[in-house]
Amino acid sequence: MSDLEALVSQAETDFSAAADAVALEQVKARFLGKSGSLTELLKGLGKLDPDARKTVGAAINIAKQKVEAALEARREALRNAALEARLAEESLDVTLPGRGHAKGGLHPVTRTLERIEALFRGIGFDVADGPEIETDFHNFTALNTPENHPARSMHDTFYLEGASDVMLRTHTSPIQVRYMQAHVARHAGAATMPEIRIIAPGRVYRVDSDATHSPMFHQVEGLWVGESVSFADLKGVVSDFLHRFFEADRLDVRFRPSFFPFTEPSAEIDVAFPSGPLAGRWLEIAGCGMVHPNVLRHCGIDAERHTGFAFGFGPDRLTMLRYGINDLRLFYDGDVRFLSQFR
Amino acid sequence: MKFSEKWLREFVDPAIDTQALSHLLTMAGLEVEELDPVAAAFQGVVVAEVLSVAPHPDADRLRVCSVNAGGEPLQIVCGAPNVAAGMKVPCATVGASLPGIEIKRAKLRGVESNGMLCSARELGLSEDHGGLLALPADAPVGTDIRHYLDLDDNSFVIKLTPNRADCFGMLGIAREVSALTGAPLCVPDIVAAPVTLTEVLPVSIEAPDLCGRFSGRVIRGVNAGAATPEWMKRRLERAGMRSISVLVDISNYVMLELNRPNHVFDLDRVQGGLTVRWAREGEQLVLLNEQTITLTRDCGVIADASGVESFAGIMGGASTACSLDTRSIYVEAAFWQPDAIQGRARRYAFSSEAAHRFERGVDFADTVAGVERVTQLILELCGGEAGPIDDRITELPLREPVRLRPSRVSRVLGLPFEDDAIEACLQRMALPFTRDGYDFIVQPPTWRFDLRIEEDLIEELARLHGYDNIPTHPPVGRLAMPDLSEGHRSASNVRHLLADRDYQEVINFAFVERRWENDFAGNDTPVVLANPIASQMSVMRSTLIGGLVDNVVTNRRRQLDRVRVFEIGRCFAHDAQAVPVPGFAQTLRIAGLAWGAAQAEQWGAAARPTDFFDMKGDVEALLLPYQAVFVPARHVALHPGRSASISLNGNLVGFIGELHPELVQRYELASAPLVFECDLEPLLGSAVPTYETVSRQPAVRRDLALLLPRSTPLSQVLEGLRNASPAIVQDIALFDVYQGKGISDTEKSFAFRIVMQDTQRTLADAEVDATVDQLVMYAQREFGAKLRA
Repeated sequence: MSDLEALVSQAETDFSAAADAVALEQVKARFLGKSGSLTELLKGLGKLDPDARKTVGAAINIAKQKVEAALEARREALRNAALEARLAEESLDVTLPGRGHAKGGLHPVTRTLERIEALFRGIGFDVADGPEIETDFHNFTALNTPENHPARSMHDTFYLEGASDVMLRTHTSPIQVRYMQAHVARHAGAATMPEIRIIAPGRVYRVDSDATHSPMFHQVEGLWVGESVSFADLKGVVSDFLHRFFEADRLDVRFRPSFFPFTEPSAEIDVAFPSGPLAGRWLEIAGCGMVHPNVLRHCGIDAERHTGFAFGFGPDRLTMLRYGINDLRLFYDGDVRFLSQFR
Repeated sequence: MKFSEKWLREFVDPAIDTQALSHLLTMAGLEVEELDPVAAAFQGVVVAEVLSVAPHPDADRLRVCSVNAGGEPLQIVCGAPNVAAGMKVPCATVGASLPGIEIKRAKLRGVESNGMLCSARELGLSEDHGGLLALPADAPVGTDIRHYLDLDDNSFVIKLTPNRADCFGMLGIAREVSALTGAPLCVPDIVAAPVTLTEVLPVSIEAPDLCGRFSGRVIRGVNAGAATPEWMKRRLERAGMRSISVLVDISNYVMLELNRPNHVFDLDRVQGGLTVRWAREGEQLVLLNEQTITLTRDCGVIADASGVESFAGIMGGASTACSLDTRSIYVEAAFWQPDAIQGRARRYAFSSEAAHRFERGVDFADTVAGVERVTQLILELCGGEAGPIDDRITELPLREPVRLRPSRVSRVLGLPFEDDAIEACLQRMALPFTRDGYDFIVQPPTWRFDLRIEEDLIEELARLHGYDNIPTHPPVGRLAMPDLSEGHRSASNVRHLLADRDYQEVINFAFVERRWENDFAGNDTPVVLANPIASQMSVMRSTLIGGLVDNVVTNRRRQLDRVRVFEIGRCFAHDAQAVPVPGFAQTLRIAGLAWGAAQAEQWGAAARPTDFFDMKGDVEALLLPYQAVFVPARHVALHPGRSASISLNGNLVGFIGELHPELVQRYELASAPLVFECDLEPLLGSAVPTYETVSRQPAVRRDLALLLPRSTPLSQVLEGLRNASPAIVQDIALFDVYQGKGISDTEKSFAFRIVMQDTQRTLADAEVDATVDQLVMYAQREFGAKLRA
């Protein structure tokens, strides 16, 4: 092995041995510095004859290139090692939880109401609202339930002190009445009255309290009045809704004759689930029917020209069935441990 | 309405089993709520006679009996206290099976026993197991008990809707089943009793608006102590009624059979004749149930010469009630006008079988038949001589014919209903009709008070056709896009916003404790419920705060130390001008409460209690894009130095603050919650964004720290600086507040960031410096501010 080869080999060995950038620069000086061995060799060229100078000079230059390449390779290696070390140093325990505010949530019944609203808005229903202290006229009389009508005993009504003609509404049906009256007034004089398509969710009140009854609970009323609205349409809308709400294609829905003073024909709606803890049992879930002509007339609508259907669901019950909740009282108890399960 | 299936099948016997019958009734609107066999499923039990009873040699409580069960005498060991020689009892013989028991030959304490004597409970007849079921002395030994007691029967309970009062009797239900199935209706033969007396009790009807018809007769020589036959007792019991005495039982039986309420007076206790009239104010009456009531002018009565003796159509009086010694009676069946009965019993806080029927309407054509049926059973069971029936009619309901248009039927139901299908339905329901062109003119029967208009008949057709057989249409309507106002957001948006800021929605009762109204709203005149369900739910809330504070109390009890809740709900107050219900304002409000640590306990942030400014930040976010104005304001429920009113666009919309320390103590909350409450409506506005040019020129920032008297509110300074700024000032914002070491005790320091920019050119330093100087001078002049070194 020539001296030059030995020198290159020595430089490679020394560079590898340099532990950091500073040491590497010192080692570099020994070979490539002003008095480094390669620099000295190049300086010594002048003493040679021209021919030898040419060949020796070429050999030294090759050796110098090799040394410089080895130096650059070592520099790169040291830089990478330093970066690796820094990155390792900076690494986090990414399994620690994120920082900042948690999220609250909606009441489960609100969740249900929002889904109901979204489903009905999808087929062109508006959302209507009305007062919770209601007049006797709107809560009963306009709904074809005059004073002393036996159907009034179906509702255990909260009354207010010092006011005989008002009450806490016992159902959301009075919203129907208010909406229809306003609709008629808005379109008075028009050749044709536009269709009414609304749902009306809200809180209602009855004197009743146990595991399945709360003195305050929710209802959602639906109403579609037009010139060709039939019982078959009612069945269509309600069963479509129930299938979508429960996201169950195999849900059984049946309509059973019943009685409400403000609809005729009237029906109770029962559902039966194909699976789950209540599988196969018919569960009463809503009341519905064709709007009674007296109700339409009370609201100023020509009952000969228009027909309509109405329905009333219990969102509390729908929520219980949807999430498997077994005690209605949980909804009104404010227990955050219960409520926060629905975020 | 409870009844025995076998009884119903005597009236109409369709070829369908019990379950199918139940389904049929339910799907016709007579919802079957309960269906139970009258006895357990047992076999091998016969009528037996106890021949002798001897003590058991090794057990005090057991007896060794010799029993005749129809063959050789059987030795049976029995533990019942009432076992006695000579009594007739049900006996389960060897090989019999009872629920949970197979009867085998066995030894009881060393003595052989060949069967079991049974209690009512062991046979599933009732819960009674006080002793053996004692059978009548004439019960034939060896007869299968199922046959003897007629136990292969079911008890139905149907839930009747208020319109179907005609089904409060077997006849009505039978008519329905006959119409639904086509099976023939067998009405019991009512034979007019031979009239052997001439006596007529004078009756005068003074109020036709109370009593439309009154039919009655005298019967003398009656044995009121006769026994009620077993078959009648059984039917009454299976209809949920106890046997009382033969006269009462017969009266009830006819009511259940024909849906014909009636009354039997003890004639010897009636003074003079009967007068049917409205009560006089304040008249008193002792009812059959021994309740004494004071009547008002709108109550109907039957009176005799001595005074009021019966609450007409509702309940008889004690003074003329029959006893076991009664010999002479007056049987009455009347038609009471529903209007004259409705609500009266409820007013006196009781109900009666008669009132329940009459207020809904009872067939007015069958009073005479009802009296005859009662007479027939009395003469058969109690003997006696009957007088002629005195039938007085004053004013009966009209049964106007109803026009039924086939086209309307199809339109309302949404299916083509052919003429012959309508005709067939009407015939099955036995509704007489004539034709007028395309239309049917239908005559409603006297027992149906719910068939008055076309829709009533359409409902009948739909029921008979079957709701299941009406198609389920996807509905057809004109499509129109909804109003989607960008300048409005929904309550749902608001809810989601608060939920996203770590608040849990709650729904609290609208009726609250009166004390809450005082504590949280300073309200001495809340809207009060006349009939609250409990005293802690007696007034309507005028603020949502009470409920939210109560949520903290209950959750704290459940060991939670951090509660953040909100509610949207109506608040109520007296307001004569209120719309839409005069007298009562019913405003939708939104309220929130935060209690405990500002953030849920976590590793990356130091724990600190939530404070005014945390909640203010939430409220500001809630009100965006509007900038609300917060002004110090006192509120009865809030810390006076830590509360503010909230105004939006110049209108007061709500308040925010820390709960008053006294309330924190009173409700034992350990630390003070922050609360806010606002009207919901103003929050639902939302501005449509407007565009402004974004400057391409560089912005310049200068910081400015001002020393101010501690009492100077930031809002004044900031507003003043903003107003005093030239157009190049884009933004002035507070970024630091300091008071303490290094500055005087009476001073505080506000540090502002001032951002300046022009849309057209780069700002010169001189201009920037001049602007800052201008603002400093303004602050010095207006607020006595000093530039902080």
